[in-house]
Amino acid sequence: MFSEGYVTPTSLSVRDLPWQIHWSLDKCTLCGRCTTVCPVHAIELGVFRKRMVEAPVGLVNQPGNVFKVFYGIRQKTDPAYACIGCGMCNLVCPNGAIMPYRTDEADKLRFHINRGGQPRRRGGRRNAPGGILDRIKFIRISMLTDPALDAGRHEFELRTLLGRVLPPEENLRLLKEQGWIPPVREIYPLIIGGMSFGALSPNMWEGLQMGVAYLNEELGMPVRMCTGEGGCPPRLLRSRFLKYVILQIASGYFGWDEIIHAIPDMKEDPCAVEIKYGQGAKPGDGGLLMWYKVNKLIAAIRGVPPGVSLPSPPTHQTKYSIEEAVAKMIQSMYMAWGFRVPVYPKISGTSTALAVLNNLTRNPYAAALAIDGEDGGTGAAYNVSMDHMGHPIASNIRDCYLNLVKLGRQNELPLFAGGGIGKNGNLAANAAALIMLGASGVQTGKYIMQAAAGCLGSESDRCNVCNIGVCPKGITSQDPRLYRRLDPEKVAERVVDVFLSFDTELKKIVAPLGRSTSLPIGMSDALGIDDAAAAERLQIKYVV
Amino acid sequence: MCRLFALTSTEPQSPMTAIEALDVMREGHDGSGVGLFLSDLGGPWEELEGAPILSGIFSNEGLKRLDRFMMDIGFMTKYKLSIKVPKSPPPGVPKRDIYLIRAYELPEEWESLSREEIDFRLMKIRLQLRQMGQENEDMIVFSFWPDCIMIKEIGDPMTVAEYLRLDRKELRARIILAQGRQNTNYAINLYACHPFFIQGVATMTNGENTAFVPIREFLSSRGFPGYMGYQSDSEVFTHIMHYTLHMLGLDVPYYKHIITPLQDEDLERHPNGEFLKHLKHSCRRLIIDGPNCVIGCLPDKRVFMVQDRKKLRPGVVGGKPGLFALSSEICGLDAIIPDRDKTTDFQPMHLDTVIIGPDRQEVQICSQKDTLPPLR
Repeated sequence: MFSEGYVTPTSLSVRDLPWQIHWSLDKCTLCGRCTTVCPVHAIELGVFRKRMVEAPVGLVNQPGNVFKVFYGIRQKTDPAYACIGCGMCNLVCPNGAIMPYRTDEADKLRFHINRGGQPRRRGGRRNAPGGILDRIKFIRISMLTDPALDAGRHEFELRTLLGRVLPPEENLRLLKEQGWIPPVREIYPLIIGGMSFGALSPNMWEGLQMGVAYLNEELGMPVRMCTGEGGCPPRLLRSRFLKYVILQIASGYFGWDEIIHAIPDMKEDPCAVEIKYGQGAKPGDGGLLMWYKVNKLIAAIRGVPPGVSLPSPPTHQTKYSIEEAVAKMIQSMYMAWGFRVPVYPKISGTSTALAVLNNLTRNPYAAALAIDGEDGGTGAAYNVSMDHMGHPIASNIRDCYLNLVKLGRQNELPLFAGGGIGKNGNLAANAAALIMLGASGVQTGKYIMQAAAGCLGSESDRCNVCNIGVCPKGITSQDPRLYRRLDPEKVAERVVDVFLSFDTELKKIVAPLGRSTSLPIGMSDALGIDDAAAAERLQIKYVV
Repeated sequence: MCRLFALTSTEPQSPMTAIEALDVMREGHDGSGVGLFLSDLGGPWEELEGAPILSGIFSNEGLKRLDRFMMDIGFMTKYKLSIKVPKSPPPGVPKRDIYLIRAYELPEEWESLSREEIDFRLMKIRLQLRQMGQENEDMIVFSFWPDCIMIKEIGDPMTVAEYLRLDRKELRARIILAQGRQNTNYAINLYACHPFFIQGVATMTNGENTAFVPIREFLSSRGFPGYMGYQSDSEVFTHIMHYTLHMLGLDVPYYKHIITPLQDEDLERHPNGEFLKHLKHSCRRLIIDGPNCVIGCLPDKRVFMVQDRKKLRPGVVGGKPGLFALSSEICGLDAIIPDRDKTTDFQPMHLDTVIIGPDRQEVQICSQKDTLPPLR
């Protein structure tokens, strides 16, 4: 700050920022690792001038000033360089001399991240800790009248179905008449949700794919992963591992030129095709891959020129009605693989989900409905969309399930829930709660990024720079200098760890409820919550 | 836990036989209630071919309402068994006015109806009576079906049986299902007592059905009026059997494949694997999760026993040509058929369905891994 007092409206002090860097002169070795690693250049070498008063004893030497220079870390206060709290400085510091701390009051930065009239855009999550899913308890414990099961030694069949399940009478009739029966996949109920090749770095993607392949081929767990909108690497399209992949098509159709051309060479059908109509993190807004991340490889896979931002439209431009155009799109996607691959839409959580659902129940080709709640994550979105738009997943899924029950079509059109599952670390408990509310399975992305790759995001606006390709862990970056920090083999190992521990925890939940033969979809009698209004809304028990 | 005992015999038997078996197994139930289902009836009932028999409990007022109602829809009493009870019931047994077992002549205009339509109408009448009874609390109706009698009451089985004098000679049947109840529902409602009945299918169950809610939701949303009630989580077993036979047209060996389908590796090796995979997927909502032992009787007078996949409930089948019994415990079997060849006793495990046909000559055991009978 200049002594003359040159102050602009956006002049902020370190105190005004959400994160303050604490740095210790005593411990710092001036190695420079922190300033190098900082993804947003929030810190720089600081040259400090310090006056010291020296007053020697006696009358011979007069008291005087000594001016010294010392070196250290200076935190920038320009909003463009505000610390994001990722803590990489601390991770690399050999002496633990530096650490960001969160301010104890609401920051002032938020009023200024709109320079040039551009509102804040970021990646990450809604940054709202808590949530209803963590408050749901499993209360129907098998006690004496029926024995609880041994989660460690009993046999369990924790699988779900993805695909249009026909009513038993109709299925048997078509089987007899050799009619077309919609394809149904028996899969693991935890799906890695759509995170595109582009949003994620090549190393992250490769790690996830390797982990999924290991789970399937070595451990017999039919885990599936959705590509997100960004296509699929050509070699994967032509490999046998494609069967573990759910291909996503979204409003930008990125990567589909490559996919369509690869169809004749495909050794296996993909698990399914997900048509993305909406995303929980930014409902009603299209996908966004900012120019920072569109390098040559990404551009080639997506079929676009490099270095340009890739905003997908908020809606599929040809879709003017769900009855007709959406039905046709679903049908056309079926046709591409000879009606052997389930095709289902994914929408963002919305109060209009029931209307979509009712329509899909009348469309014999709709294979499922995935609903992504407001707590879903994203690689890039406007802050306002992430923070304020969207519908919580719990009541959305419950309403849809109960509506299907009313129609007698529960589980015929499987519901998949996404958005905030495990956002506070309780992946299995959240997944089980949603399954018992009526979901056939759940999709999760953020949890996988955090657990398998060490994503630094939290529910308090930490890091959140996935959009500009500077991910300090190399998860969402397309810069080889960053993503080489991420070892794909290690990511794969962690993916396997996550699924195995999830599986154990899920068994630890369903076994005491006496369930092992089938996934307890809609077993709402097992659920309770200590909030009367929520209990009434979700039609579960109110317990205190 | 409840205790179950069923017998199927060439010679008509007294329900007391089954009650005695329950009494032997009394350590396994708390005497909070008893339920009986009799079919393939003997004695005077044999001559009433096709005449539906109404079983239930009525107050005097309820009986009057019943008579008016049945008269209005053209049903005439053909034969009845009046159970007159002493003025004061034994301790633990509620006082009732009339235990009714009455056979009716079908209305003349029903003669031209198809069997299916008659069956449907009989069920509707039972449901209507049940509803009327629930409104005024003056009738409890258990069954209304040819060749079937049901008796249920709260209290110790032996006490109730003696009180109702069930040893009377006009009450004899070749098939008897009996359940000694362990009350796990706090308020005892006779509609929650086993055995359950729908259109000639009766089953009783031992255990808790942990997958009850999703199954109930599936059955109640089929649009079939008989799939209702569900005061007990075990009623769904009866309805699933009915659904298997009537809606899917599949025979008993398929029942087990619906309630506890094979796992994928087994399905791949199964000769009917492809069919069973479709059955597993489309009937996923009917998968039970036990622990349950289900004993039942079918309209064609076959009796069966199945266990859930966990096989955590007791169940044994044994006997000799002409008389077989299906019992929760071996001591029940020993008490009733002591002279059988005990080496042939069979305890069905997680893959087995036991079926005994109306000829009562042998115990047929179907494993889920066996080739299935051809589809009808």
